[in-house]
Amino acid sequence: MIKNSIELKHVFKKYQAPTSFFAPKKENPFVLQDINLKIAPGEFHIFLGRSGCGKSTLLNIIAGFLPKTSGQVLVNGHEVAAPGRDRGVVFQNADAAIFPWLTVYENVSYGLKMQHFSEKERTPIVNQSLKLVGLDQHANKYPYELSGGMKQRVQIARSISNDPDILILDEPFGALDAQTRRIMQDELIRIWQKTKKTILFVTHDIQEAAYLGQKISIFSPAPASNIYKTITVDYPYPRNVFSKDNEQLVTELNNYFPIGGR
Amino acid sequence: MKEMSSKSTPKSQTLNNLEIPNDPDTHKGIELFRNGLLFLTKRGLLAWLLLLLLWMIASKVSDASFLPSPWKTLTSAKALIKNGTLQSDLLISLLRIIAGWLVGSTIAIPLGLIIGQFKIIRYLFEPLINFFRFVPAIGFLTLFLLWFGVGEVSKIALIIYATMFPIIINTITGVIAIDPLKIESAQSQGASKFQIFYSVVIPSAVPNIFTGVRLGLGGAIVAIVAAEMLAAQNGIGYLIYTSRLYYRTDWIFVGIFVLGFIGYLSDTLLRLFGKVVLKKYGVFEKEAK
Repeated sequence: MIKNSIELKHVFKKYQAPTSFFAPKKENPFVLQDINLKIAPGEFHIFLGRSGCGKSTLLNIIAGFLPKTSGQVLVNGHEVAAPGRDRGVVFQNADAAIFPWLTVYENVSYGLKMQHFSEKERTPIVNQSLKLVGLDQHANKYPYELSGGMKQRVQIARSISNDPDILILDEPFGALDAQTRRIMQDELIRIWQKTKKTILFVTHDIQEAAYLGQKISIFSPAPASNIYKTITVDYPYPRNVFSKDNEQLVTELNNYFPIGGR
Repeated sequence: MKEMSSKSTPKSQTLNNLEIPNDPDTHKGIELFRNGLLFLTKRGLLAWLLLLLLWMIASKVSDASFLPSPWKTLTSAKALIKNGTLQSDLLISLLRIIAGWLVGSTIAIPLGLIIGQFKIIRYLFEPLINFFRFVPAIGFLTLFLLWFGVGEVSKIALIIYATMFPIIINTITGVIAIDPLKIESAQSQGASKFQIFYSVVIPSAVPNIFTGVRLGLGGAIVAIVAAEMLAAQNGIGYLIYTSRLYYRTDWIFVGIFVLGFIGYLSDTLLRLFGKVVLKKYGVFEKEAK
């Protein structure tokens, strides 16, 4: 068993159509077909694919929110059966995911409270997480007082304070404006380098994938998606969007997504 | 050509096709009048002034015992206050409403939460709720008198019944409508099912529960008046109903205004409570924006 690793073996997924007495049972096509992947500990791994290609479905299976149809999903060598605090999740829709009736501080200490950590144990952890994401000045604010970028920082902080092995992010910066997105991308790299968590990051943005990822898994289009190819990006952080390396990578990635074609 | 030239010289301005002389004092007066009208409309006072005016005109042309004038109603109210009936009737009605509404809410909120949370219980209860919520409380009056006696218990039971349905239905809606992302984010932070129920489901349902409680209060007022009309020796409903024996339409008007006032005041207080205490749960979020 390797700690903080993810291993996918022959994962298949299809959604079951609701059957009734009158409607005959219909077989749905596979959404995901034969996914095989190994994610090493501490890796910044990107799932890149078009909208609707099933990358979020796979992420939900790894997070434990969705059941798989067949195959094996191993996190830390154990089969995933349910959501758990070993896998922190940052959702795209922060407004729906964070708790509006709790302050920033209370949101970040929620997971620890549920694990019956005492207040004395919680305080330093929460303060450290808030400081890490740069929200220590906003601890007592309510979510409605925060901007979109700050809400995503809350989500990252509350995941970090649970000390997960793996941080799963589902298009976390998709709803942010371009400038805030770039700031948050840099922040995420900094947090990743500091905490050394394994990161699984879903996006449909090629620029974002090239800017962030160590490994980029490219999904084939729906239906019956699988991972077409996993690219290793080995030039160092912080990356320069205008560098030759980056331009080459973006061009290469673009070739996998021809405009107009499927 | 002449018309054109007269248009281009701004000797006088037009307001709603009325020629207004270009005199600063007149303009000030019009502005004051307009602002005053706007203020009255925004505060909801204009509607009352218009109703009062209409009432005054209507009472002038009709018989006093058929439609008492506003002044007659006011003097009758003063008389009823002087001999103490209005206060005691108001107090007893209020006590019944508050007691029934509080007990009803205490039963209905947990019931709604449980019915909303567990599918099997929902399948079990929903048909009954959707049947009995169409039976008005007053339909049970005779039965409740038979079962609980002619005292206060039967009246409060009636209010409990009337209060419970809007609260249960709204609470169920609140529980069902919770965003699955909230549950998922609690799950991935290691919260157990029971922890999710009290730390995520209940707070998420607060705005809907609050709406239910407000509607329940309205139901309580309707129910108590009906009950007092038919089976009580005191209360505002009793006051209104006995007025017909003495042919005192002015007392009926006093009762109607007191009822409206109770409803308006209690709802205003509740909304204030919602705005101040429950703000973080998202109560009145739309109004605030």
